[in-house]
Amino acid sequence: MNENLIDIYIMGEHHQVPDSLTILQALEYAGYRLTRGVGCRGGFCGACATVYRVNGDYHLKFALACQTRVEPNMQLAMIPFFPAHRPRYRLSELKGTAQEVLDIYPELLRCYGCNTCTKSCPQDIDVLGYVSALLRGEIALAADISFDCIMCGLCVSRCPAELVKHHAALLCRRLYGSRLAPRSTHLAQRIAEIRSGKFKAELEQLKNMDRKQLQELYAAREVEPEE
Amino acid sequence: MSYPSPLEELVRRVNQTREQRLKQSFPRLGAEEKQTLLKKFHPDYRADSFAELEVGPNAGERAPKELVRVLEGDSPVSDGSLGFGEFEYETDVLVIGGGGAGCAAAITADDAGARVIIATKLRLGDANTMMAQGGIQAADKENDSPAIHYLDVIGGGHFTNIPELVEALVTDAPEAIQWLENLGVIFDKNPDGSMKTIHGGGTSRRRMHTCRDYTGAEIMRTLRDEVKSRQGITVLEFSPAVELLTTPEGEAAGAILLNLNLNRYLRIKAKTVIITTGGSGRLHYQGFPTSNHYGATGDGLVLAYRAGARLAFIDTMQYHPTGVAFPQQIVGQLVTEKVRSLGAQLVNRNGEQFVFPLETRDVVASAIIRECQEGRGVKTPAGVDGVWLDTPMIEVLKGPGTVKRELPAMVRQFARFGIELDKEPILVYPTLHYQNGGVAIDAMCHTSVRYLLVAGEASGGVHGRNRLMGNSLLDVIVFGRRAGREGAQLAKERTGSFFPGLEHLSRWRQLLRERKGTGVSVSPVLLPDYTRKPGNRIGGQGVGEV
Ligand SMILES: Cc1cc2nc3c(=O)[nH]c(=O)nc-3n(C[C@H](O)[C@H](O)[C@H](O)COP(=O)(O)OP(=O)(O)OC[C@H]3O[C@@H](n4cnc5c(N)ncnc54)[C@H](O)[C@@H]3O)c2cc1C
Ligand code: SF4
Ligand code: SF4
Repeated sequence: MNENLIDIYIMGEHHQVPDSLTILQALEYAGYRLTRGVGCRGGFCGACATVYRVNGDYHLKFALACQTRVEPNMQLAMIPFFPAHRPRYRLSELKGTAQEVLDIYPELLRCYGCNTCTKSCPQDIDVLGYVSALLRGEIALAADISFDCIMCGLCVSRCPAELVKHHAALLCRRLYGSRLAPRSTHLAQRIAEIRSGKFKAELEQLKNMDRKQLQELYAAREVEPEE
Repeated sequence: MSYPSPLEELVRRVNQTREQRLKQSFPRLGAEEKQTLLKKFHPDYRADSFAELEVGPNAGERAPKELVRVLEGDSPVSDGSLGFGEFEYETDVLVIGGGGAGCAAAITADDAGARVIIATKLRLGDANTMMAQGGIQAADKENDSPAIHYLDVIGGGHFTNIPELVEALVTDAPEAIQWLENLGVIFDKNPDGSMKTIHGGGTSRRRMHTCRDYTGAEIMRTLRDEVKSRQGITVLEFSPAVELLTTPEGEAAGAILLNLNLNRYLRIKAKTVIITTGGSGRLHYQGFPTSNHYGATGDGLVLAYRAGARLAFIDTMQYHPTGVAFPQQIVGQLVTEKVRSLGAQLVNRNGEQFVFPLETRDVVASAIIRECQEGRGVKTPAGVDGVWLDTPMIEVLKGPGTVKRELPAMVRQFARFGIELDKEPILVYPTLHYQNGGVAIDAMCHTSVRYLLVAGEASGGVHGRNRLMGNSLLDVIVFGRRAGREGAQLAKERTGSFFPGLEHLSRWRQLLRERKGTGVSVSPVLLPDYTRKPGNRIGGQGVGEV
């Protein structure tokens, strides 16, 4: 590993770390054995939300520690947990209207439209875009725009209106998936066929085949062409 | 161009041969050719990386050395650490592990009226399930059937899978998809509502269902939200199980958890225990980097084994052929198989194809290792081996914009390091990805220990010696639900009084002393240690000196 050491500051403490590391690796290199602020290590779970500044620059920056390389003079802190409320509701009791989402999260109407959330999203999601879509009653659009949300909460930590919008977006997606998306007739049909026992005999036969028979069948499989 | 100059030259070679390769389809290997390739190059066949178990139900069988070490480990708790009859919690069903299988089990047990506790290591959903990108299989199209799916699964597993488990997997599959959809999972669909499905390695029908390239995340965040909305489910985060509790008769009866925030033990009495702790990539078998989440340390296998449960297929791991080999910061992280499903070819240093891209994973991984060992691979500046995955080819085959549309998570991941997937090929090398085996189960998730059920990646038998992409997310939902239902039912039937204790641990310790002497390690591992110390892997993903 190349050892070009740079200065960084972890919660104010000075450390020298190789510049080839991610923020997460740098924390570990410095000696932190983490239980908070680390999850999948692949950019999917949102556990390692990190805030930093670079000395001499007033801008606040946001990143996922596992996906971002360290830079010289970084002043960093993790935000592994940010209080976010999730009101009690049961999806099964909802119909799928925007009004229902707003009844559950009425505070969304307080959005100032300041767009700070969008600037703080490490996934480059148009956060204000999905909040606005929801406020206009467009659940499908809100679900679509927010799809890549990893629920890290950074947008919540920065919101002057204190809005927990990533939870509202999750509700939109769940409503879209369960209520609004067009249903698949082939899926329903297959389930009915299975329940009626249509494939039982064939499966029973396969289960009782010896290896050689299976091998032959497998080798003779017809493979559906690509589109 | 974002590659350092020695690599840049090689990228050009890939670009130059693209047009010609578009016209070639690399032939699939025959059964015998596959076997020869596997025996020569697959890590499962590297005999010196395995050891024989001497203690426990699988004594005499082989497993990777790193796994043997933790299976034959000692518990962190002392036999006397259980104050008499004192439990912080009592419940019907205790689910250990809050990933996909755990949440599916908890929801289903709650539906059946059981009181449920989920104990999990980090946060709910910090799990391999969250990371799955590629998709989930189910035979729900007209040209497909559970029987065709069955044959693909068992052929993929080299005909070693347990037939009853495969039957359950393929039969419950369409219903599992519908269950997820009813909970709000958004699958990729055509305007008429039919599912958009694609091929995966080893499939004979296009039956891979996707949620863009966030399939696992979409499933996991939905399940997590559903768990949170149920009052009958208590979630204990940062509380991994470190030992099971058993009755004097050897039946499961609860667990001891370690609260990681307070470093304090918690005792839970439960009528049934469901282990859903997932895989073990973070044990870094043979020094491989891994695609797995931080807590994938095989704990469930350790807990179950000490309590007397038999394991199955623990001598085989899945090395995903396409882990990132460059940039160094994300070495080992996964490049989803969907990239090959969409048409990207694998290309060696000379710009030539060397394997049909959608052979089963073990075959593709072996072919990549062969290219590198025989000098047709590429070495990165950090000394990591790799071959090219020709992502720009997707744009040529499926039209400009396809890469950005179909692979947003990956585009984002590489863009952070200045690599444009739709314009430049990427470097890949096999990464430790999936634990093919685990605790032996039957079709209702029973183990050889009464009242102990196992589901998901912690179980063994469903996939035999090799799992196909998209069958694990499916396994997690199908068997998670089965375990939940069965766990609730068993809890209902367990009406007599019972006394959880640690007798199994006293017996285990005696065996360890007799067979292994002193110097065994403490397990479960809970979390890997990547701090800078001699012998540790720096950065977790790097090819440290292990
Ligand atoms: C990067 C990646 C991509 C993948 N892509 C696909 C794909 O496209 N399609 C597919 O089908 N499969 C895919 N897989 C495989 C699939 O995601 C996993 O096998 C599956 O999700 C495992 O689910 P699980 O619930 O069994 O385990 P997990 O989802 O890993 O959950 C296990 C949980 O148990 C917890 N735990 C561990 N130890 C303890 C303990 N001692 N006490 C309490 N809790 C504990 C963990 O923290 C975790 O939360 C992928 C895997 C990875 C890593
Ligand atoms: S929308 Fe908010 S919670 Fe979601 S990824 Fe962006 S910052 Fe994180
Ligand atoms: S930060 Fe808050 S107030 Fe500002 S636009 Fe976003 S949601 Fe609205």
